Amino acid sequence: MSAISELSHIKVTKAKSPEERLARRKEATRDNKAGYLFLLPWLVGLVVITIGPMIASLYLSFTNYSLIQAPEWTGLANYARMLDDARLHHSLKVTFIYVFVSVPLQLILALGIALLLDKGMRGLALYRSIFYLPSMLGGSVAIALLWRQMFGTDGIVNQILRLFGLEATTGWISDPKYALGTIILLHIWTFGSPMVIFLAGLRQIPGMYYEAASVDGATRWVRFTQITLPLLSPIIFFNLVLQIIGAFQSFTQAFVVSNGTGGPSDSTLFYTLYLYQRGFGQFQMGYAAAMAWLLVVIVGVLTAINFFASKYWVFYDD
Amino acid sequence: MTDLRTKTVPEERVVRPAAETPAHNRLVMLGRGRSLLMDALLILASLVIIYPLLWMLVSSFRPTDVIFRSPGLWVNDLVLTNYTQGWHALGNPFGHYLMNSALVVIGAVAGNLLSCSLAAYAFARLRFRLKTLWFSIMLVTIMLPIHVVVVPQYILFNQLGWVNTFIPLVLPKFMATDAFFVFLMVQFIRGIPRELDEAARIDGCGHWRIFARVMLPLMGPALATTAIFTFIWTWSDFFTSLIYLTSPEKYTVPVALRGFLDSTSGSNWGAMFAMSIVSLVPIFLAFLFGQKFLVKGIATTGGK
Repeated sequence: MSAISELSHIKVTKAKSPEERLARRKEATRDNKAGYLFLLPWLVGLVVITIGPMIASLYLSFTNYSLIQAPEWTGLANYARMLDDARLHHSLKVTFIYVFVSVPLQLILALGIALLLDKGMRGLALYRSIFYLPSMLGGSVAIALLWRQMFGTDGIVNQILRLFGLEATTGWISDPKYALGTIILLHIWTFGSPMVIFLAGLRQIPGMYYEAASVDGATRWVRFTQITLPLLSPIIFFNLVLQIIGAFQSFTQAFVVSNGTGGPSDSTLFYTLYLYQRGFGQFQMGYAAAMAWLLVVIVGVLTAINFFASKYWVFYDD
Repeated sequence: MTDLRTKTVPEERVVRPAAETPAHNRLVMLGRGRSLLMDALLILASLVIIYPLLWMLVSSFRPTDVIFRSPGLWVNDLVLTNYTQGWHALGNPFGHYLMNSALVVIGAVAGNLLSCSLAAYAFARLRFRLKTLWFSIMLVTIMLPIHVVVVPQYILFNQLGWVNTFIPLVLPKFMATDAFFVFLMVQFIRGIPRELDEAARIDGCGHWRIFARVMLPLMGPALATTAIFTFIWTWSDFFTSLIYLTSPEKYTVPVALRGFLDSTSGSNWGAMFAMSIVSLVPIFLAFLFGQKFLVKGIATTGGK
């Protein structure tokens, strides 16, 4: 069970008779003290590090606050400003393009390679390591710096293109048309992590399903669409939800590739990067808090849509 | 989706005799050709995927003026000057930043191991009021964007005078804020037979001793997975360091590396690559020796 399917399966069963209810209550409180003692660090963290700040952040979003003076209540002013903030709209556009191009491409590649590897290839362990490695390194500044060099004007990508006799003079990261593309490419490069999850899922599909289907004369394509995809759908769903949430929060790559500016011409101005500039560059904490809440709402709505849509395409075996 | 079992699993299996016909042989040949094609595809894909890393490694041993002209992966004259230069190119010797990162990572790993295992034991084994509610909240926090809490957190830590210390980077880990690991450990504990803790209970062990003497020793793989993931993620975490660490004395490796963009305006690629490689070595080693746990870890939490 993944965290996600677990969340959608939580059920609270109702006790029927008063005696049953009493017994259940007794049972539920058996380890009450110990339970809360073991949970204490997490509970403190939940209050101090997560829920407290979330509420504070909601409050701050209605204020003007620069860290120096006390927060000044301004009502909906921050939200009204967001409606008129062209850079914010642009950063949303950049982020949406990034998320909705890179996540599907990355997942399709991850699934494709996982299917290839699942055929029982020789050297499976080696291939898996090679494909998995980038997703461990991909979030680091070092790789973002490498990307900056590779797609620079005299970067290695242009050098290779020139070897093939192509006139390659544009710097990919300095051209607004392509800069975002290079970061999308970096995201796709880290397909190893969903790939490993897909591989584990493919391994769980009983071989007899395929044998039976073959005996029935099902073609490769039919077996893929009628057996593999339905049985893998909970895992595809899990990857989709987590990758979308994760991609919305991408920051490091855009920050390093554009050296903190989101340039050229704001073409890599991720929403989180803009939030950082407002909050920690200009110390407009109120505005940054309002932006953060908009992000939560966007991610929340998209996740809700995802969960809702999952009823129509995710197949649970049990 | 319709019920798949009734669709694909027939009542009786019709077994066709294996035919040793020329047509059959041709099929086998075709199969072999196909697997050769797949092998070729996979080898090509791995080369493309791994090329940037190898190229950076090789370039870190090349003089800067050669880096740009050499897409190849061979080194004619190996030089170490990039490493000696890069080590001293920033305000402090690079070892200083490595030490800072190591301190943060050690704190983060210890914090996650301790706090997440405690919470996981409670969720997996103990019965207490509102458990379902807390458990759901924990699952939701896995998916919560950190940006919604980062502004007030910063204000809080700022008022406590903890900005430009490692406390904001380490303290939250002691409060199990990386709920992903709590969930991973809950999953693992669920797989441990209950008879073991029942037996300990009958022998008179309290919860603490069951946890410390029975559970923890059995949780080895889950603890290892948590330690390795925490190591890798904390080591490369840029955002938190960028926000909280303001003086170069305190910089961790990712923020220090970024300094190469400012100080040399991108001219000293060799030194930058050399230190980038240095910064990736710990992750690579953790990956190399911990891969088994990483693969298992994300497979069990990601699987359905």
